[in-house]
Amino acid sequence: MGLPVRRQEDVEARIAHLEMPAGQAGWALTARTEAVSRYLAMGLPGRRDEYWRFTRPDDLNAPQAPPAAVVDFKEAPVFGEIDRLRIVFRDGVFDAEASDDLSCEGLEIERLQSATAHDIHWLRDVYGVLEGRGQEPVARPFAALNTAFANDGIVIRATDRVSRPVNLTYLHENPDSDAILHFAIKVESGADLTVLENGPAAARFNKCMEVDVADGGAFHHVRAQGRDHERRAVTHMFARLGEESAFKSFTLTANGVLTRNEAFIELVGDNAVSHIAGAAVGDGDFHHDDTVFVVHDAVGCESRQVFKKVLRNGAVGAFQGKILVKEGAQKTDGYQISQSLLLDEDAQFLAKPELEIYADDVACSHGSTSGAIDEDALFYLQSRGLPRPEAQDLLVLAFLAEAIEEIESEDIAEDIYGRLKGWLQRHRR
Amino acid sequence: MLKIDNLHVRLEEEEKAILRGVDLYVPAGSVHAIMGPNGSGKSTLAYVLSGRDGYEVTHGGVALEGQDLLELEPEERAAAGLFLAFQYPVEIPGVGNMTFLRTALNAQRKACGGEEVSAADFLKLIRDRAKSLQIDPEMLKRPVNVGFSGGEKKRNEILQMAVLEPKMCVLDETDSGLDVDAMRLVADGVNALRDEGRAFLVITHYQRLLNHIEPDVVHIMADGRIVKTGGPDLALEVETNGYADILQEVA
Ligand SMILES: Nc1ncnc2c1ncn2[C@@H]1O[C@H](COP(=O)(O)OP(=O)(O)OP(=O)(O)O)[C@@H](O)[C@H]1O
Ligand SMILES: [Mg+2]
Repeated sequence: MGLPVRRQEDVEARIAHLEMPAGQAGWALTARTEAVSRYLAMGLPGRRDEYWRFTRPDDLNAPQAPPAAVVDFKEAPVFGEIDRLRIVFRDGVFDAEASDDLSCEGLEIERLQSATAHDIHWLRDVYGVLEGRGQEPVARPFAALNTAFANDGIVIRATDRVSRPVNLTYLHENPDSDAILHFAIKVESGADLTVLENGPAAARFNKCMEVDVADGGAFHHVRAQGRDHERRAVTHMFARLGEESAFKSFTLTANGVLTRNEAFIELVGDNAVSHIAGAAVGDGDFHHDDTVFVVHDAVGCESRQVFKKVLRNGAVGAFQGKILVKEGAQKTDGYQISQSLLLDEDAQFLAKPELEIYADDVACSHGSTSGAIDEDALFYLQSRGLPRPEAQDLLVLAFLAEAIEEIESEDIAEDIYGRLKGWLQRHRR
Repeated sequence: MLKIDNLHVRLEEEEKAILRGVDLYVPAGSVHAIMGPNGSGKSTLAYVLSGRDGYEVTHGGVALEGQDLLELEPEERAAAGLFLAFQYPVEIPGVGNMTFLRTALNAQRKACGGEEVSAADFLKLIRDRAKSLQIDPEMLKRPVNVGFSGGEKKRNEILQMAVLEPKMCVLDETDSGLDVDAMRLVADGVNALRDEGRAFLVITHYQRLLNHIEPDVVHIMADGRIVKTGGPDLALEVETNGYADILQEVA
């Protein structure tokens, strides 16, 4: 199902200046060429597209990235205290100097260009494949564009339980940068991998991550998006989950002119588990959009989506979440909650939760709420001596807690809390 | 300690006067009780003292140790030494009881120019206070008042009071919802805090509590005013005869 076709010249203009990397192996070239065809067939999203009802795609459709000021951050980067393997990208280009040595026991890590220049079996089954599967039933043209033209990225194969997280760190130094990064990840049977992401990537950032988790594998993902308030970002996460595998992803999003985070998760092996969570804070003319699609296609799987947004002063938060339970996906346990805390009357939360169920023995629930701060609780805290701003921060953190608790590692969760506290403190009034 | 002077209060939302000239003086070292029929304005008085939104003071004033209380934000009143044990303690999902108490204690210390309490000292303090109130340490880990029984909530109020050590303690029906043993514990908690530098204003419907916390003075509030003031005997009179006689007498 394609999007209503936008003017063909816009669709072509969007990719006119993009080039595939040279020296690709035949299979990779095919994957990329097919992605171009997918993209051209889908076209670009328009305002009237149902899937872009809450979010204006104009800045993502434009051939050139709208510029974004480079910000000099004073505070230490998030995850700084965690022992991790750092992989650094500067305006969307891998920086070997700034990165750690890519060799790590239990992991095979390779830069995308070289990986797609030869024949890596597992990669053939992932690169552009999971993205392609995620194009039904809803089109995700920016992901196809990414597969077709990504010039950089990393591929990772985890063959063991690896305790040291891989940290993708992004640096933004060029106010006009238009970065496209692609990550392809295979977590082999019984392996365990944690991927962290942080840092402002570029003026405009298109990121696609494909994650194939084999039977009994586990993938953890924690990402912090923030600080670069002028960014435009569209990110996609595609995951395919085998039997008894686990996929857990958490995203912290702060401000940002436009951030659209999509996830498409397929549970194809029995008893797989998928948890996706997000905590977003917006103060000002900012827009976050979490669009999640979870497909249950096996028996006894569990999926959770927990999204919380704290908005004020013109900030807009959107959530589109769908749980699709296919025929035969019995004993599915699906839970979805999306909630917003609106700190003033200028903020807006738009939500579209959906369930589509074709199996009869399932337990699925979803809910969406929007509310103001609890004045009684605020007064109670104040009456015990907490200044109002501090009391409000405490309540905001309490509101976000359900999402942050989805992070399994206590150290990483602590980091995220620290980041949020700092943000709240800077945005007190 | 606390001086209330011809206090008139109405609701901000509606044209409704609730307190209509309250005069009250609670000296340091004393315990005063307020009794009175439902809806007479007792909780309203407590809320106005602690600075809750929604009320408009149309006349009169309140001073705590000579300081104009009505000018202060609720947290400043707390830092000045005022504490209200709520008639209906608020549940705060997601905020741990311990975190809450420690943040509160530190905020008050900071406001008074003091040092923050160390994690170890705080733990010791709270364990000690919780023990004497027979509060299960597990309860301290739970979110503030969430899923607490009525009596547990009230005990939690007294725990907060015992940790924060305020100068002026206002207890709004802390006895309601308590079983006999819990009431004794709460009363013991209050009595342990009684001293020369501290004063209590105890709002209650029942003489029972006053058996345990002996008041120096008992006031009867009706229709937004203190209509009668007396010694501990006044509470006994209410217990046996109700308010009808008293109200008739002052009408
Ligand atoms: N926010 C409000 N909106 C409307 N009416 C109010 C409000 N607050 C107080 N009142 C009214 O003011 C009067 C006094 O209420 P208050 O709670 O102070 O009584 P009380 O003496 O504490 O009663 P009780 O013994 O039942 O606790 C009541 O008639 C009550 O309905
Ligand atoms: Mg009352």
